[in-house]
Amino acid sequence: MDRNQTYRNRKRALNAVHFVALFITMAIICIPGLWIVLNSFRPTVEIMAKPPVWTPSFTLEHYRNMFGGAGEGGVPVFSYFRNSLIVSVVSTTIAILIGMSGGYAFARYRFPGKAGYFVGLMLFRAVPGVALSLPLFIVFARVGIIDTHFGLILAYVAMNVPFTIWLTDGFFRQIPKELHEAAEIDGCTRWQAFWRVEFPVARSGVASAAIFAFLTSWNEFALASQLTRSVGSKTMPVGLLDFTAEFTINWGGMCALAVLMIIPALVLTFLVQKHLIAGLTFGGVKG
Amino acid sequence: MTRRRLPEWFVLLLPAIVVIAAVVLIPLVFSLYSSFTPYKLTRPATLWKWVGTYNYEKILSDGKFWAAFGRTVLFLTIVLNLELLLGLGIALMMNKVTWGQRSLRTILMFPMMFSPILVGFQFKFIFNDNIGLVNNVLQSMGYNAALPWLVDGKLAMFSIIFAEVWMSTPVFAILILAGLFAMPRDPLEAAKVDGCTPIQTFRHITLPFLMPFIYIAMTIRSLDVARAYDIVQIMTGGGPARRTELLWTLMSRTGYVDSRMGLANAMGYVSIILSILFTIYFFRKLSAARAQIGMAG
Repeated sequence: MDRNQTYRNRKRALNAVHFVALFITMAIICIPGLWIVLNSFRPTVEIMAKPPVWTPSFTLEHYRNMFGGAGEGGVPVFSYFRNSLIVSVVSTTIAILIGMSGGYAFARYRFPGKAGYFVGLMLFRAVPGVALSLPLFIVFARVGIIDTHFGLILAYVAMNVPFTIWLTDGFFRQIPKELHEAAEIDGCTRWQAFWRVEFPVARSGVASAAIFAFLTSWNEFALASQLTRSVGSKTMPVGLLDFTAEFTINWGGMCALAVLMIIPALVLTFLVQKHLIAGLTFGGVKG
Repeated sequence: MTRRRLPEWFVLLLPAIVVIAAVVLIPLVFSLYSSFTPYKLTRPATLWKWVGTYNYEKILSDGKFWAAFGRTVLFLTIVLNLELLLGLGIALMMNKVTWGQRSLRTILMFPMMFSPILVGFQFKFIFNDNIGLVNNVLQSMGYNAALPWLVDGKLAMFSIIFAEVWMSTPVFAILILAGLFAMPRDPLEAAKVDGCTPIQTFRHITLPFLMPFIYIAMTIRSLDVARAYDIVQIMTGGGPARRTELLWTLMSRTGYVDSRMGLANAMGYVSIILSILFTIYFFRKLSAARAQIGMAG
C-alpha cells in the first residue's frame, strides 16, 4: 500500500513537471509574437514610457498613420503590399510549374546520374542569399532589370525551384505507378494521364509546396533589400526598414506593418499544415 | 535528316536547369571571376584587372575575417545542436499530451511563418535596453539596472542565438513529432514486457527510429543556414565593435558599404563553400539513415 502511494505521488509529480514545462515552452513561443500584436495597438507614448506602463490602452493610431500614408511614419504600405503580392504570387506560380515538372521527372523516370542531379539542384538552394545578392546585383544592374518586379520574380523562382522539386517529388512518389499506366492503357496520352489522373491525386501536396514557396518569397529579405530600391518595387520586409531612422525606431508603426505581414502567412499556414509535414517527411524518407 | 529526340525526363527537368543556370550559376561564375580582380563598384574599369589570388590571400591573412569565420562556425554549431535538443524535447513532450494536441501543434508552427527579418526586429524590440519587454519585466520585479542586451558583446551574442533558436526550433520539433506519430507501437510494447527502463527504450528504440527524421530536419535547415543573416543584420548589424560579426554581415559590409566587390565575392565564396559542406554532410547522413530504415522495413 505504501509503495502504491509513493508510486502515485511520483506519477503526479511527473505530470505536473510535464505540464509546467509544456506551458513554459508554449509561453516562450507565443509571447514575442503577441507582444508585437499588442504593441501595434498601444500609443507611442506608452511604448516609450519609463517606468513601463502595464495597463494596456487601445489606439488605432499606428494603423491610421500607416494606411494614411502621411505624417510621422507615413510609409507607402499599399505599394509595398501590392509589390509583395505581385512578386510572391507570380514567382510562386512559375516556380510551381517548373518545380512540378522537375519533381515529376525525379519521381517517375530512371536516368543516369539521377542522385547527382538531385543533390546538385539542392546545393544551389544552399547558396546563401547574401552571397548571391552581390553578383546578382551587378549582373541585374548590367542587364537593366534591377529595381523591377521582373528581376525579383526571376530571383525568387530560382530560389524556390529546388525545394519545390523536393516536395513534389515526394508527393508524386506516393502515387502508385499503376494509376497512370492504367490510364495510358485506357487510351490517354502520357500528358493526359498526368493531368487527369495523377495531378488531382497530388493536388493537395502541390498546394502545400506552393504555399511554402509563397512564404519564402513573402518573407525574403537578403536579396530583396539589394535588388529593390524604390517604392515601385520594394517588398514589405524591405519596407519594415522605413520605420527606422538614424537613431530612433518607430516601434508602433513597425508592429502594425508586422501584423499586416503576418496575417496572410498565418492564414495560409493554417490551411496546409497537415500536408506540409507529410510532404517534407515523405520526400526525405522515401527518396 | 533525322532529329534526335531528347529524353522525356530531360525535357521535364530542362526549365528548372535553365532558370537555375541563368539566375544562380551565371552570377556565381561571374562572382568567381570578380573575386580574382580588385573590382570596385565605384570604378568599373577595375573589373578587367587580374590580380590572381590576391583577394584570397588578403582575407586569409586577415584577423577580422578569421574571427568572423570562427564565430560563424561556432554560432552554427551551438544553434543547430540547441535546436535539435530543444526540438526533440518539445516533440517528446507534445507526444505525451492527451488532449488539445492539434492546437498545440498549430501554436508550435507560429514562429515558422515569421519572416527572419521580422524575428530580428521583434527581438530587437524585446531586448531593447530602454523600452524592451525583458528589461521592463526585470525592472518591475525590482532589478534596477538596465541590462544592455544588444550592446554588451556576450549578451548580444546570447540575444541573437535566442532569436535564431526561437525561429528554427519548431522545424525540428514538428518533423520529429511527425516521426513519433509514424512510429510502430509493437517494439515499444515488447521492450516494456522485456523490462526496459524508459531511458533504455528511448535510447535503443525510439532514437534510432527518429534518426532519419532528425536528419531530414537537419538537411532542410542546412539548406537555409544563412537565414541568420537577416536576424543579425537587424539586431546588431555585426556590432558592438564586431563582437557579433558573422561571415555574412562582414561580407555584406565589405560589398555594399565599402563597395569592394572583388574582396566581398572572395568572402562570399568561402561562405558558399561553408554552406555547401554543411548541406552535403547532412545529405550523406540522410541517405545513410534512409538505407537503415529501408533495411528495417
